[in-house]
Amino acid sequence: MSEFLAMGGYAIYVWSSYAIAVVVLGLNAILPVRTERREIAELQRAINARTKHDTPS
Amino acid sequence: MFDFLNKYASLMHFYRLSRRLSQWLAPLTAVLMCAGVVGGLWFAPTDYQQGDSFRIIYIHVPSAWMSLFVYMSMAGAAVSILVWRVKVAEIALRCSAPLGASFTFLALVTGSIWGKPMWGTWWVWDARLTSELILLFLYLGIMALQNAIEDRRVAARAAAVLTLIGVVNIPIIHYSVEWWSTLHQGPTVSKFDRPSIHLHMLIPLLLMSVGFTTFYISALMVRMRTEILRYDRKTNWVREIVTTHHGSPSSV
Amino acid sequence: MTPRRKRLLIIALTVAGIAVAAGLILAAFEKNLMYFYSPSEVARGEAPDNRPFRLGGMVVEGSVLRQPQSLGVWFTLTDMAEESMVYYDGILPDLFREGQGIVAKGQFNDTGLFVASEVLAKHDENYMPPEVADALEKAANPQSNRTP
Repeated sequence: MSEFLAMGGYAIYVWSSYAIAVVVLGLNAILPVRTERREIAELQRAINARTKHDTPS
Repeated sequence: MFDFLNKYASLMHFYRLSRRLSQWLAPLTAVLMCAGVVGGLWFAPTDYQQGDSFRIIYIHVPSAWMSLFVYMSMAGAAVSILVWRVKVAEIALRCSAPLGASFTFLALVTGSIWGKPMWGTWWVWDARLTSELILLFLYLGIMALQNAIEDRRVAARAAAVLTLIGVVNIPIIHYSVEWWSTLHQGPTVSKFDRPSIHLHMLIPLLLMSVGFTTFYISALMVRMRTEILRYDRKTNWVREIVTTHHGSPSSV
Repeated sequence: MTPRRKRLLIIALTVAGIAVAAGLILAAFEKNLMYFYSPSEVARGEAPDNRPFRLGGMVVEGSVLRQPQSLGVWFTLTDMAEESMVYYDGILPDLFREGQGIVAKGQFNDTGLFVASEVLAKHDENYMPPEVADALEKAANPQSNRTP
């Protein structure tokens, strides 16, 4: 196991590369999903506001 | 054929298609990438010359390939925008740029990290590295240009023009190691020759390459759906989607 | 010609025009884009003689001589046609070895020795496990031992 982590002496190079990839790809996977949800929520709010306004109370 | 294309040029149909696509594309991506990483870090044998440092290849090369692939996709979209003014293409171009920039950044950074122990330096201004850096600036420029222009449709046309001007960089990047003397070595996997990489090292590389491609499409779909909702927010079909929507989106 | 076809033509011509322009610019800057000169180019007098430049080639087998008390090392670079002798006083990259591709940055001194301030290793595009490399080596040179 420790041999695996050591990567033949190149541990810091290999693991930092993979770590950076996880961060970059992870952000690209997560952030747009959050934006999509926020956008839908905003549109929902806009529609509810308009419906309230249009319907006489 | 054109009927098919016409149908999906419509934002509503594309939205629905992308939802269905994402459902199986996202899990597929996860499987491919896990298989690729496990294969690359564990099962692939150590290299005779570079030892275990060569395992960076499983991030670096797919990233580099994607940096070129995404740009060519954007170039295709750019032509559609300028010739036929296709809205889906406008959205595809806008949403692809940050992904292309991410892949280019990843290729440059992992390449730099790999170069330090192997070449002896973090960076050289040879033709391959310099042209890839220029690609990053192109992506950022395309993103900045669109940000600067209020009108989405005008911004898309401007970005399309910039994309096509920059497309000349792509063959330069690809052939740089053949046309000029560079520190970066020549291609390991090319269209016409047998790959100069051992099979057990090649398989994880192919898995990661396909995985990165499906990642791009998956991530692109999410971004495009958000943008489509913005483009068409006044339409009935969007109202219906939004009001019948509850909880989380059907899939990533 | 329909408006669409016209737009397509204009775009195609513009991209082609830029490609031609880029090609001409690159051709003009060819010398600067070459990352290194080969020993043959040096022999032909094509390398600059008043400022540092990069010399690239393969380390000749048996040409590596180390200075006993310091990091200083001599080695010869070849491009299979001409040779250049290089001296470097510093830490060599991991991949430095006989038969390896090397790019050295520096200048020739008065005695024709290339004094390097930086030595980088170039590696090829082949990836294989050590057993396969050994087998290839044995197939090529049946009687020699592989130098690590």
